[in-house]
Amino acid sequence: MTDATARHIPDRLVSPAARLLKSWETLLLAVALAIFVANSLASPYFLNAWNLSDATFNFTEKAMIAFAMALLIISGEIDLSVASIIALASTAMGAAVQAGAGTPVLVGIGLGTGLACGAVNGILVTRMGLPSIVVTIGTMSLFRGISYIALGDKVYKGYPSDFGYFGQGYVWWVFSFELVLFAILAVVYGVLLHKTNFGRAVYAIGNNPTAALFSGIRVQRVKFILFLLTGLMSGIAAICLTSRLGSTRPSIAFGWELEVVTMVVLGGVNILGGSGTIPGVVIAAFVMGLVTFGLGLLNVPGIVMSIFIGCLLIGVIALPRLWTMWRG
Amino acid sequence: MSVRRGAALAPDTFRNPHMRHAADTVPAEVLGLPVLTLEGITKSFPGVKALSEVALELYPGQVTALVGENGAGKSTIVKVLTGIYQPDAGTIRLDGLPVTFPTARAATEAGITAIHQETVLFDELTVAENIFIGHAPRTRWGLIDWPELRRRAVEILDRIDARLDPMMPLKELGIANKHLVAIARALSIDARVVVMDEPTAALSQKEIEELYDLVERLKAEGRAILFISHKFDEIFRIADRFTVFRDGALAGSGLMSDVSESELVRMMVGRSVDHIFPARDKAPGREVLRVEGLSHPTEFDDLSFTLCEGEILGFYGLIGSGRSELMQAIFGITRASSGTVSLDGAALNIRAPADAIAAGIVYVPEDRGKQGAVIGLPIFQNITLPSLDQTSRQGFLKLAREFALARTYVERLELRAASLDQDVGNLSGGNQQKVVIAKWLATKPRVIILDEPTKGIDIGSKAAVHAFMAELAAEGLAVIMVSSEIPEIVGMSDRVIVMREGLMAAKVKGDDLTPEVLVRHAAGIAGASG
Repeated sequence: MTDATARHIPDRLVSPAARLLKSWETLLLAVALAIFVANSLASPYFLNAWNLSDATFNFTEKAMIAFAMALLIISGEIDLSVASIIALASTAMGAAVQAGAGTPVLVGIGLGTGLACGAVNGILVTRMGLPSIVVTIGTMSLFRGISYIALGDKVYKGYPSDFGYFGQGYVWWVFSFELVLFAILAVVYGVLLHKTNFGRAVYAIGNNPTAALFSGIRVQRVKFILFLLTGLMSGIAAICLTSRLGSTRPSIAFGWELEVVTMVVLGGVNILGGSGTIPGVVIAAFVMGLVTFGLGLLNVPGIVMSIFIGCLLIGVIALPRLWTMWRG
Repeated sequence: MSVRRGAALAPDTFRNPHMRHAADTVPAEVLGLPVLTLEGITKSFPGVKALSEVALELYPGQVTALVGENGAGKSTIVKVLTGIYQPDAGTIRLDGLPVTFPTARAATEAGITAIHQETVLFDELTVAENIFIGHAPRTRWGLIDWPELRRRAVEILDRIDARLDPMMPLKELGIANKHLVAIARALSIDARVVVMDEPTAALSQKEIEELYDLVERLKAEGRAILFISHKFDEIFRIADRFTVFRDGALAGSGLMSDVSESELVRMMVGRSVDHIFPARDKAPGREVLRVEGLSHPTEFDDLSFTLCEGEILGFYGLIGSGRSELMQAIFGITRASSGTVSLDGAALNIRAPADAIAAGIVYVPEDRGKQGAVIGLPIFQNITLPSLDQTSRQGFLKLAREFALARTYVERLELRAASLDQDVGNLSGGNQQKVVIAKWLATKPRVIILDEPTKGIDIGSKAAVHAFMAELAAEGLAVIMVSSEIPEIVGMSDRVIVMREGLMAAKVKGDDLTPEVLVRHAAGIAGASG
């Protein structure tokens, strides 16, 4: 017992390193390594630099969106329209190609469409006070619907050859443009969330939006920026995906919103907001990419893969709880 | 701590965890066996020992007051009693036989029920459904027997003289009536032990009187009552026995008739607390804040006042008189429809709390848990939240500076916490309030608005907050204090504005500043004059 009058309160009781060791991210990293080892034992083709490089295309585009989505979910909101934003942005770029636009214009259109869609979601949620899950289920249908009306069963093709660099180009050796962009964005979002005042505001809003407002945080402005960022990331993903496929159909990226949310939740972000990290999302992206690729090498059909991903998500989330139940 | 404990008291009275001492002095007519006995109860949480071998005895037909500062372990023992927490060690005896309450339902079935400070009922259900939820009468098909449920609800409500429609949705009732529903629920399960956790905290004087009558009736029916309260006048009025907790340990117990108020206070805090409000001799300086004709479409109308450096301006009124709404409009939470707020003679355009904070006006809200503290974030991050511009460099966090800033104010406010990295949610109410005040002081404000700053906090923390307010005023800070506690308003304020139904009812200062004058103006009693 210490003397209450002369009590010194330490900054921390648990060092950041000790906390890291017990964290979700560490557990997830162990899972990723286990899957890596299992894959390399299961298939002789797995441990090949070019094969592994190909594998990263399974997650880079989704992960770009997942970074912004992680911030949005930590703040207590969600955006389910991201895949439809890809469809609309890709359709807009495809239409521009028919009109003879060059690569710089296409990139501008892709980013602009993403930002505009993000702004629509942001205004509906922050200005009109509507719940984001309802708003973005609505815009999910709306954005893809526009794309279907514009395209029907047609396909936009004929993208300029230099546009192909975003989805097919390599910066150096096996490191594709997408992989490098993914790495840069991981650092940017990691710094934004963990090292800036903006990131702190995101956590505060996610834990208690009322107290955050009473503490002088411009809650609606922060949320609006997060919707803009999510839209922008969807635009970037649309550029990469369209470039990689070389064509646009209205069904492009169908169902991706759930894979993005799965990646974020697998990364340890609380679906109710308030906690989560970017390193967690990065590891989750690798886990999902490795699983998809490994099962692909073993010729497992796509539907089985989605079953596997679903079990993985539930399993990884249930594991810590089961662990404490057994010990308790 | 062991040095402080009971130093000023006869050790045999308050060290003895059993009732031997009390039993020696109990008059014959109240001698009886306790219905519920807790012995050697210990409960630890990561990093904190919430209860350490405490004992508690509840007697049929008697009210036992449980007193202690915030963080003394009162809420923890209630949760142990009601089956929400399992003790690490110790025994619970019901009629002398050892029992355990593995679930809340087990405690209910044993006849123990709790009425909480903020009543835990279901807003969307009707009064009758709330009374019988979990044990509704059934038809032989196993469906709820609605006519029977209604009949029994009316019967129980009649027994406590509650004039409530059993079919009315609970959300349409005020807090006092919700308490009545909770009590009716206790009667419906024929509770032998009723725990009341600060039941009068949110009630008006008239409602409190009605609650006392009800407590008397429960006593007469032979029920054992555990009454938790911070208000000494009510403890002395209705309790037969007392138990004092301090820092999770038993500090004393016995009969109310054997103890004085100052002895109880000493047991609670381990030292004597000065009830006198801090002396303030410095005259207020020049004018800082001027509010002119501030109006809101529904909450308040045409309010004007000024505030000077070093002044404490009290706002008194009944609940719902528009005081908090006025303060929230000044702070930018809600928008006033007309009127101006100026600081140092310059009109402010406050559209959001961020603007008010930038101008130097800060607000400590009444609802700590919802509006004050960001539970889930550590202490230091709560404190630096509005000051991040000050601690960061070009928008990038500097943790060392944040810890340093937090430490300055935490030490000044004598916060009790395990570390600055601890979640504020794990702190007691009084310590959470200190974190919220520290958060605002770190912004170096000109005007601080405190809304019910000592509501629900213990007497030791209360005195600390009062002393601290006086200190801030002496340093030249302009202070507005909204309070419903008359002693606090009279003891701390230089001037008082009384509000009634959204209007300014009176401005009072000097010799006119008496409890009677305030109450008359607040209630609008005829003949009230300045």
